[in-house]
Amino acid sequence: MRYIPCSESDRKALLGSMGLTSVEQLFAGIPESLRLRRPLDIPAALSEPELVAYFQKAAEENAEDYTSFLGAGVYRHFIPVVVDSLISRSEFYTAYTPYQAEVSQGTLQAIFEFQTYITQLTGQEVANASLYDGSTAVTEAVLMAHRITKRRKFLVARTVHPEYRAVMATYFRNLGLEIQLIDYLPTGRIDISHLQKAMNDTVAGIVIQSPNFFGTIEDTAEASSLAAKFGALSIVNVCEALSMGILRAPSEADIVAGEAQSLGVPMSFGGPHVGFLATHEKFVRQMPGRLVGMGVDQEGRRAFVLTLATREQHIRRERATSNICTNQSLCALMATIYLATLGPKGLREACEQNIRKTDYAVRQIQSRTPHKVLFPSPRFNEFVVQLQNGAAFAVQGLFMKNIIPGFHLGQAYPELGDARLVCVTETTTREQIDALVEGLK
Amino acid sequence: MSRVRQHINLNEQLLFELGSPGRRAYDLPPLDIDSRPLEEIMDRGLLRENVEGMPELSEVEVVRHFTRLSTWNYHIDLGLYPLGSCTMKHNPKVNEAVARLPGFSNAHPYLPANLVQGALRVEAALEACLTEISGMDAVTLQPAAGAHGELTGILMIRAYHEARRNPRRRVLVPDSAHGTNPASVAISGYVVEQIRSNAKGTVDLEALRGMMSDDVAAVMITNPNTLGIFESDIATIAEIVHSHGALLYMDGANLNAMLGITRPGDFGVDVLHINLHKTFTTPHGGGGPGAGPVAVKKILEPYLPYPVLVRAPDGMLSYNSDRPQSIGKIKAYTGHFGMHVRALCYILANGPEGLKETTEVAVLNANYIRYKLQGVYSLPYNSPTLHEVVFSDKNQDKRGVSVWDIGKRLIDYGFHPPTTSFPLIVSGAIMIEPTETESRDELDAFIGAMLAVAQEAETNPELVKSAPHNARIRRVDEAAAARRPVLRWKA
Repeated sequence: MRYIPCSESDRKALLGSMGLTSVEQLFAGIPESLRLRRPLDIPAALSEPELVAYFQKAAEENAEDYTSFLGAGVYRHFIPVVVDSLISRSEFYTAYTPYQAEVSQGTLQAIFEFQTYITQLTGQEVANASLYDGSTAVTEAVLMAHRITKRRKFLVARTVHPEYRAVMATYFRNLGLEIQLIDYLPTGRIDISHLQKAMNDTVAGIVIQSPNFFGTIEDTAEASSLAAKFGALSIVNVCEALSMGILRAPSEADIVAGEAQSLGVPMSFGGPHVGFLATHEKFVRQMPGRLVGMGVDQEGRRAFVLTLATREQHIRRERATSNICTNQSLCALMATIYLATLGPKGLREACEQNIRKTDYAVRQIQSRTPHKVLFPSPRFNEFVVQLQNGAAFAVQGLFMKNIIPGFHLGQAYPELGDARLVCVTETTTREQIDALVEGLK
Repeated sequence: MSRVRQHINLNEQLLFELGSPGRRAYDLPPLDIDSRPLEEIMDRGLLRENVEGMPELSEVEVVRHFTRLSTWNYHIDLGLYPLGSCTMKHNPKVNEAVARLPGFSNAHPYLPANLVQGALRVEAALEACLTEISGMDAVTLQPAAGAHGELTGILMIRAYHEARRNPRRRVLVPDSAHGTNPASVAISGYVVEQIRSNAKGTVDLEALRGMMSDDVAAVMITNPNTLGIFESDIATIAEIVHSHGALLYMDGANLNAMLGITRPGDFGVDVLHINLHKTFTTPHGGGGPGAGPVAVKKILEPYLPYPVLVRAPDGMLSYNSDRPQSIGKIKAYTGHFGMHVRALCYILANGPEGLKETTEVAVLNANYIRYKLQGVYSLPYNSPTLHEVVFSDKNQDKRGVSVWDIGKRLIDYGFHPPTTSFPLIVSGAIMIEPTETESRDELDAFIGAMLAVAQEAETNPELVKSAPHNARIRRVDEAAAARRPVLRWKA
């Protein structure tokens, strides 16, 4: 096998040095009745050319030549070439978790930079080294709010990503935690009066997403001040992290958690992506996940190190703040390199293009097609189109033209029926938008 | 054995201390649409002026910055990681190439099934391989990492008991278990209780019998356990567990020690998670992303997280979310697909004989290290070693040298330290797992370094206790860093 540097003669030499003749002797501790005495029934080994061909064929079966208006939590943005070039350095991608600070300063400093960038974008004071993804990050944020407030009820906007809410529900079921959903208004924003009515001093936290699942930008400050009034925490979920480059930072929120895939991480059929969680300094000891701190070595040099590990499972076991062991280091590194490459001006430009192109698409659909754009509140790069009569026909026609007209909302929001969530980013060309509009006429 | 001096000591500031206004590394095509002014599109109050503190850099600076940082890392392409339990083996390069194929990396998770048959075929093939390798009946690829898989597995066990109208209350975990085990149990709403190990380093059957009752939902074992020892009574353990209506969970972290040799499904395990990076070479990435598929027996299949991959009679693959007994979703979308591609690539590169060979050589290498270091380093358990061996620092401790010091001194010899102070049942544990991807020369070099450090512990303990001496930095004052945590850069 080409990955095993042990020839037959090496094997004999190693065995011989221990006075053994066969590797079988090393498995004597496994009872014979439990041994598998046949080859595994999996495909026979492939040579490298066969492997490459196998996967090329599979990859080509995926639709690559389609114009996609899909977003809904996973976004197509231009990823500068430098991102993949740098994360492909084996010094980064084949390194282990940086438990040994002296031989892991590269990873540690990069994570510290990620933490800093996330605090800058979210307007918060501390951020962790990343979490699995947006859905688990928000769930961990909610569990954290439960630990802090000792309360069990959460008010969650219906415009929080449906899959994130589903994950939250899975975690909640056995912990005695409760979700009350808060509906949205015809503006596309959370129904703040419903929220006010539902609020009382048994509520642990409010979860609100901005831009929300419909692409609408929320006024998160209002929810935060409401939460504060009742001693609850406000949790702002951000699925489209790029938007933080231009939208007012939710600095008044108690926890900001979400998904940073749009910062330079490939869509990769849903993962791996990268979750983040940021909060105030006073809550740092209740945070889940790894944290990198800056300190000094014995000779006074600046050095980085994993810190506050006493919150974590390998020390505290069943009393840990979370069962999480791993983070998404390499994806966090992608986001860090992406942000370093864009800089403040590039970030602003990318964000503006998202907003302007989306605005263009909205106006074109409103003025040139019979379909209705729902929810008038401002948006970042997504909007909802309610398809009028003959919708199925129009959608079919678009697919024939290799256009995927966005995410079908009806399953998660039955009242929206055939509505589509359409995403336009800086990578979407005018020609593509015009083709969508043409197809919807 | 001579010490190395290869840590590059270039100085490199934090990103936030670099750059200058006006430098840039990014551009976009000019806007190709007629746009309204921004303030007409939305209220200025919704927007921020700038992101405070973000540096402006050119591409050269970005490249140099991260390249310099990278040189301060130890990594598997540079040399052996003797990390017991945290296994790092060679990461084949072809895995990276195929995971980056545009048809995979640009695929959106909400593409209609008919447009992603290639990706779904990869998922189906990996599910089938893992099912066969583990000897189980079904697999979910959704969990994001090993600990996430543990949680998924325990939630399924809970759903199973709930369907029998009693979720039960306790989960038993051996004292040698990974820390994630008790943490995952706790977050599933169960009470964790520890089973003690016997003198052989395996589960104490009498202790287990004494703790079992109809209130136990599951027993969570690791096999081979964290001492690298096969639980030879595993069939009896399964019997005891099942006789009380409880289920047997296996932490599959050490599956790399049994490929093609024995299968959890054949020795009574009802559910296990598999850490793809440890056994199937997905890169560790400096601490993730991982992937933690969960394999189950038929009795647990109804409870798998939704959606579940199904194949229509015409061969077309799709996801089915209509699963009324499912525990729900454990993460958004369907898992770390990019890692699944890499793992399948590795499995197909090996085939049945190749996988068995990886286990054989991994076990051979671990035993070779044990043989060569035994005596110099104390061996607390004398049971047969599989993929990893656990020594203790008992002999060196007499000179005031701890496992921590030994690990740090190994850095001066060009090696990453072994796993230290784990498992908790061994005081001063030195846990070594070489994997199959180390040659005899590399093993000998490592053994030489370990012997040299043991010698130094006798003759010059201060040298060991103050190590490393040749790394980029000296030891970090971790207590001070935790007392006043600095977690972000501030101007």
